[in-house]
Amino acid sequence: MTESPFRDIPGTTLFDGRMSRLGYHLNMFCMSLIKAENRTMFKADESRYLDRFSLTADQRRAVLERRWNNMLDLGGNVYYLAKLAAADGLPVAHLSAGMAGLSPEDYAHMMVGGGRRIDGNRSKRG
Amino acid sequence: MARISAGVGTSHVPAIGVALDLGKSEEPYWQPIFAGYEPTKVWIAREKPDVIILVYNDHASSFSLEIIPTFAIGCAAEFASADEGWGPRAVPAVVGHQELAWHMAQSLILDEFDMTIVNKMDVDHGLTVPLSLIFGQVESWPCRVIPLAVNVIQYPPPTGHRCYNLGKAIRRAIESFEEELNVLILGTGGLSHQLQGTRAGLINPDWDKAFLDGLTRDPDGLARIPPIDYVREAGSEGIEMVMWLIMRGALDAKVDELYRFYHVPASSTAVGHIVLANRGG
Repeated sequence: MTESPFRDIPGTTLFDGRMSRLGYHLNMFCMSLIKAENRTMFKADESRYLDRFSLTADQRRAVLERRWNNMLDLGGNVYYLAKLAAADGLPVAHLSAGMAGLSPEDYAHMMVGGGRRIDGNRSKRG
Repeated sequence: MARISAGVGTSHVPAIGVALDLGKSEEPYWQPIFAGYEPTKVWIAREKPDVIILVYNDHASSFSLEIIPTFAIGCAAEFASADEGWGPRAVPAVVGHQELAWHMAQSLILDEFDMTIVNKMDVDHGLTVPLSLIFGQVESWPCRVIPLAVNVIQYPPPTGHRCYNLGKAIRRAIESFEEELNVLILGTGGLSHQLQGTRAGLINPDWDKAFLDGLTRDPDGLARIPPIDYVREAGSEGIEMVMWLIMRGALDAKVDELYRFYHVPASSTAVGHIVLANRGG
């Protein structure tokens, strides 16, 4: 179960046992994409390739529509999801930007400016 | 006898490897980062380590959710560069030191640190980017490398305290190896960064600076930091910093800080780097 103190941290999903169980097949699908031949097969027919994995309907939709935060909520871990981004030819920062609700350009601009500040981002209680 | 002469802490951001491999190291965005490692390159060329113990984490490259070892030691003769989804980095193969690695595995397990022994493993950017930063682009890595992989992806990772004590056990293992070897230990990952969720992009320079200060002056204090503080203050991926405490635990109580470098950003990450030398004797 999620350790309660971690739930107080805003905009952050702790990849604990519960999330790992929820996202096991989603993450293992992503893991399969580290093989070049699998990337080719996936890109040729995404839906058909996904049939090989026991994803839930929600997970499947989130993958096909590249809804990153949705995948995160459904148990995806960022290092595994990064394999999916890589199969699209995109860097991890693209995925982070999407999760932050920013365009890649605005995200890169925020980072060059020193990143997201910690003040105001420590706790949901403010 | 083998001896640990110094410890090095460094970030291991994948984008740094990509920038180097694509010949972008002179671009204004990347140039300050590579320049920040130049003094270390000069230092390490003089230091001539025989073996590097490289503490890092695998990023879903060799290990997946199928098997999640908390601490794993690479005992193979050689480790290939992993394909992380965009093709393997074109870097030299990493040559291990099988005798020392097996000696360490045995010593650590009998010292009650239950290592997973790995005889086949590809190594990802977590291991190869630090080597590129301190040695540059070379035909072959100039020393042997023993990979020591730590789980920091699946919660819970080992605590900072456990990591610090593992470092102390590593020192006992090295110092009970008969061959004369100059050993360096690298702790990698961090510093503050968060790659996921709506808080992605978090950077906390005050925390990072305090952590670097503590490495030199108060490692016992750092070792008491609980996991939630890392996640809250340094970001969900900032918890990689516990791996630096393995490096620190393997050094003397009092060390000399030879060099420090800090830069924001490399992609989503605060780049931190420190060189700490044992005083010897």
